[in-house]
Amino acid sequence: MTKIAQEKYVQLENVNMSFTTKKGTFDALKDINLNIREGEFISIIGHSGCGKSTVLNLIAGLLNPTQGNLFCAGREIGGPGPERAVVFQNHSLLPWLTCFENVYLAVERVFGATEQKDVLREKTKAVIDLVGLSHASDKRPNEISGGMKQRVGIARALAMEPKVLLLDEPFGALDALTRAHLQDELMSIMDKSGCTAVMVTHDVDEAVLLSDRIVMMTNGPSATIGEILEVELDRPRKRLALAEDGHYNHLRSKVLKFLYERHAKKAA
Amino acid sequence: MSATTAINESINAMTKQTSKAGGIGAKATQISRDFFQWLLPPLFGMMMLISVWIVISYQSPNLPGPLPTWHSAVELFSDPFYRNSLNDQGIGWNILASLERVGLGFSLAALVGIPLGFIIGRFQFMSRMAAPIIGILRPVSPLAWLPIGLLVFKAANPAAIWVIFISAIWPMIINTAVGVSKVPQDYMNVARVLNLSEWKIVTKILFPFVLPYMMTGVRLSIGVAWLVIVAAEMLTGGVGIGFWVWDEWNNLNVEHIIIAIFVVGIVGLALELVLTSIAKKFSYE
Repeated sequence: MTKIAQEKYVQLENVNMSFTTKKGTFDALKDINLNIREGEFISIIGHSGCGKSTVLNLIAGLLNPTQGNLFCAGREIGGPGPERAVVFQNHSLLPWLTCFENVYLAVERVFGATEQKDVLREKTKAVIDLVGLSHASDKRPNEISGGMKQRVGIARALAMEPKVLLLDEPFGALDALTRAHLQDELMSIMDKSGCTAVMVTHDVDEAVLLSDRIVMMTNGPSATIGEILEVELDRPRKRLALAEDGHYNHLRSKVLKFLYERHAKKAA
Repeated sequence: MSATTAINESINAMTKQTSKAGGIGAKATQISRDFFQWLLPPLFGMMMLISVWIVISYQSPNLPGPLPTWHSAVELFSDPFYRNSLNDQGIGWNILASLERVGLGFSLAALVGIPLGFIIGRFQFMSRMAAPIIGILRPVSPLAWLPIGLLVFKAANPAAIWVIFISAIWPMIINTAVGVSKVPQDYMNVARVLNLSEWKIVTKILFPFVLPYMMTGVRLSIGVAWLVIVAAEMLTGGVGIGFWVWDEWNNLNVEHIIIAIFVVGIVGLALELVLTSIAKKFSYE
């Protein structure tokens, strides 16, 4: 792959997005331009309602932009595809399938045409092991905790061996301790797999800890990218060491200032 | 000193005994509470029904009371499966004949209605297309379809089955369609991201999600079908519980009519219970 293709692995070009509602058109996003490098971890942060999930859904191909173009690995994004896997906010596991079957559904779809059944089962088992859930493999989603459900959601996405992993507030519904634990695991998984990731979050610490760059969005309507912050912290990153790291805290306060001073959300 | 300890011990022993007795007492109160909560009210209700019946039967000498009806029922059910002629058969045959018609009409309705419900729920265009048809045809009294059935099939039995079919199909179409349209967008997004085929979407997402809705439709349908069969058979004749009621009315055998009312009620209740227990088995919650 050429250098340019690697630099602009995922590309958003003058993307505008409006929704038609009962009250008329609502301009959600305006002039979004963003290039994501291959293997990069990007966080999109902003107040609720600023359209950060819309950006993610556009990259996922679940939405089509009103104007502008999106590319992934040099090809225009025309719809969802297995090279762009999504971890949904509320895990979205099918409650009538076991954890194994939920992951298997994805594996079967992506590799079913080329691989034998036992290979598919092997792949499913491997990715469930990777997220540390082999013991709960045969349980249904309503029999396991919220953190475990989200692990299955991550496993299902990773099982597709995607080039881009899209995470929509993946840990938003979890308690602080579980969230920290899963963030650490996600970091080590991403280090191993080296795939590109885009994560939507409203958690400043999460954004700084995980990302290579943080995309900060202005408030909607007609939200756009306000600023992009480079996070130059060495990997692997250690949560405890960073807590007392001056540069980490500097970056953190930069994001906080953006969110609470320059683009403070008016009380609803 | 030793005297006081002895007294204390005996007091301890006594309290222990009373607490033990309390345990047994608690169990006993639990049983009696169950009795008062779950057994007594239905019994009381049945007793009230029977006493109202007795009072009315005293006022109106043509209406037999519970006792003569009971004797008649014992006689009737002592030989439920006799066959003297086409129009003189045991109560068992009549019930079975009605159940067969309901079963046939209902199965056909399920076979057509459930897939139709899926299609209507899945595609908005189809839903809009079907809306006026369902809107106009659904409120029509089932028996209004009987002449059409007689005209088309030129026989009473298929016409009765047709009436069951047309009255049982609506709840299944509507409930299935509602279920399909209520599938959470999250699940459909999963399907889109995983790029599932339409077949996988139906078998892995729609069908499991819609099943409880579908079972509600099925339960409503069988209820309607069983309601309608009595009326349909009164008009078409032949063998069946509805026709049997009409026949006994012509014979002025009022005891048998009352028995038929109970039989229809009990069979309907049994059908409902069977389907509810099946529905519970299919629920994923």
